[in-house]
Amino acid sequence: MHTPSSLYGVLAEFSTPDELLAATRGARQAGYRQMDAYTPFPVEGLAEALDFQRTGLPFLVLLGGIVGGVGGYVMQYWMAAIDYPLNVGGRPLHSWPAFIPVTFELTILVAALAAVLGMLALNGLPMPYHPLFNVPRFELATRNGFFLCIEARDPQFDRDETRRFLESVKAREVSDVEP
Amino acid sequence: MSEDTGSPPEPGSRAQDIASAAPQRQAAVIEPGHTYASVTDKISAIVLTRRTTLGWFVGFGVSFALVLLLMYAIASLLAVGIGIWGVNVPVAWGFAIVNFVWWIGIGHAGTLISAILLLMRQEWRTSINRFAEAMTLFAVACAGLFPILHLGRPWFFYWLFPYPSTMGVWPQFRSPLVWDVFAVSTYATVSLLFWYVGLIPDLATLRDRSQHRLARASYGLLAMGWRGSARHWSRYQMASLLLAGLATPLVVSVHTVVSLDFAVAVVPGWHSTIFPPYFVAGAIYSGFAMVMTLSIPIRAIYKLEDFITMRHLQNMAMIILATGLIVAYGYLMEVFMAWYGGNPYEASMTLNRMRGPYAPLYWALILCNIVVPQVLWFNRVRANVLALFVIALIVNIGMWLERYIIVVTSLHRDFLPSSWGMYAGTRWDWATFVGSIGLFLALLFLFLRFLPMISIFELRELVADTAGRSGSETSSPGGRGH
Repeated sequence: MHTPSSLYGVLAEFSTPDELLAATRGARQAGYRQMDAYTPFPVEGLAEALDFQRTGLPFLVLLGGIVGGVGGYVMQYWMAAIDYPLNVGGRPLHSWPAFIPVTFELTILVAALAAVLGMLALNGLPMPYHPLFNVPRFELATRNGFFLCIEARDPQFDRDETRRFLESVKAREVSDVEP
Repeated sequence: MSEDTGSPPEPGSRAQDIASAAPQRQAAVIEPGHTYASVTDKISAIVLTRRTTLGWFVGFGVSFALVLLLMYAIASLLAVGIGIWGVNVPVAWGFAIVNFVWWIGIGHAGTLISAILLLMRQEWRTSINRFAEAMTLFAVACAGLFPILHLGRPWFFYWLFPYPSTMGVWPQFRSPLVWDVFAVSTYATVSLLFWYVGLIPDLATLRDRSQHRLARASYGLLAMGWRGSARHWSRYQMASLLLAGLATPLVVSVHTVVSLDFAVAVVPGWHSTIFPPYFVAGAIYSGFAMVMTLSIPIRAIYKLEDFITMRHLQNMAMIILATGLIVAYGYLMEVFMAWYGGNPYEASMTLNRMRGPYAPLYWALILCNIVVPQVLWFNRVRANVLALFVIALIVNIGMWLERYIIVVTSLHRDFLPSSWGMYAGTRWDWATFVGSIGLFLALLFLFLRFLPMISIFELRELVADTAGRSGSETSSPGGRGH
């Protein structure tokens, strides 16, 4: 029916996280690279089994914190000491201890925004359409199904060969994923 | 399609290595026999398939009536002015500030449960963190109303933010009131982010479980296409952890800044270095009391005793007891410093609290916040749900009285006897306060109806962990009751 290129990939369903973990390791050993696993809760070791590189998220958050902190302090300094200097009984204009609370709050604010927006952006969300949603059983990925999808863009992908491989690693059900 | 509840997964077959090492000593945090499917179905059914009970409509109706009262009170305030409230010189900070501090304190337990207990890997938090976070959000919303309404011209509230205006002035960053603006708005934003991030996987569950088109579309839109990819989970967990790390110092800073609103002033009874820690402890104290007040009826009504177990209530009772003792220490130190510090104004203010016109309220506060919670030392009390509920209510009242005493008794008699005065809330004060409770409850009822009140994906994780830890013993395929 389908030539391999018209598929997004082949999806295998497993009953337990351990079976999925074993199958994922097996698939990597068999030489598959372009694949992803889908689970109803974070499964320890799965991202490593997929050889997922460390995310840049902590760096983004650090950057956000620095921008928020430095920006917040400079903003207050500029407003209170340069643009609108207010002489209150000769007290220093650059009254740094009084600037700390707002600096701190802005550090947290920008870092938290960086954490959430960064996580969403790196994950490519929001993404309302994804080929996997075409598979009816994929609904279980948010309940009790553990899925492994080997994608068609993998150089080693061959519809029948990959199907046979997934069945050999004890998949409960294997289905094609329409693009 | 998704109807097969039975076979998967066999909890007993979980690898041992995923479970953490600690054996279960106390009562379970989740009753045995639950599977990934059964926890998912039970929690999502509350939102998706179960009939909305009459009790919900009555509860929401009453709360909404109070919201209308709040709207009426606010409309009158805007039309007539702040004179309809009881505030005047010398007591210029009346109910508005009392309610602000009370509400923002209540919010603190939510962040504490979701952030600090997450960092400490206290897995018992899982069942209560979602609605505690929701409670935080709604409490902060109620809190935010009061200082804005108290501004006098609330429609100019945006003058508080540093934006380039034609007036050419900037906020006074040396004022704790400006710190407050930043602290509270940051707190509200971060709480919202934290709550929403926690909801994303559960919104995806609801999207996949709902039969109704509109529900599917709405939850789908909010879930942003979450599909549980292992790479996504990895970043998701990192983001949650980082947010928890950021929220932890934030939650401590918020009530510290609130306390500085008082402590930076020279008013006797406010000018004290113990204020920040004792405000933070008081916030956690009142927050846990509110979580308890809410979770006891909710678990009874929605039959969630399997997930919100006695262990949760007992742990919360112990936190209430511990933070209550810190608060008691704070009161004690205030009195001690008034004597030891040798400041006559401070001493007379303290005596005035104990023997002056507001003495009954002061002693009621001591009774509610210090005396009554001591019964929590007893195991039998901590195992009695009704007693816990009553104590939590008493603590809520006590913490409101505490703020009332701090705000009113310090202001009404300060340095010059010629400027002494008395304060009492008018019916508009009461209408606004009761209305804000209505707003809080109305939002909470909506939350219970439309969003999963317990984090489903974290419960699935808990099922996996408990199954791995206790070996094949707990494995009863098919779960219970599903």
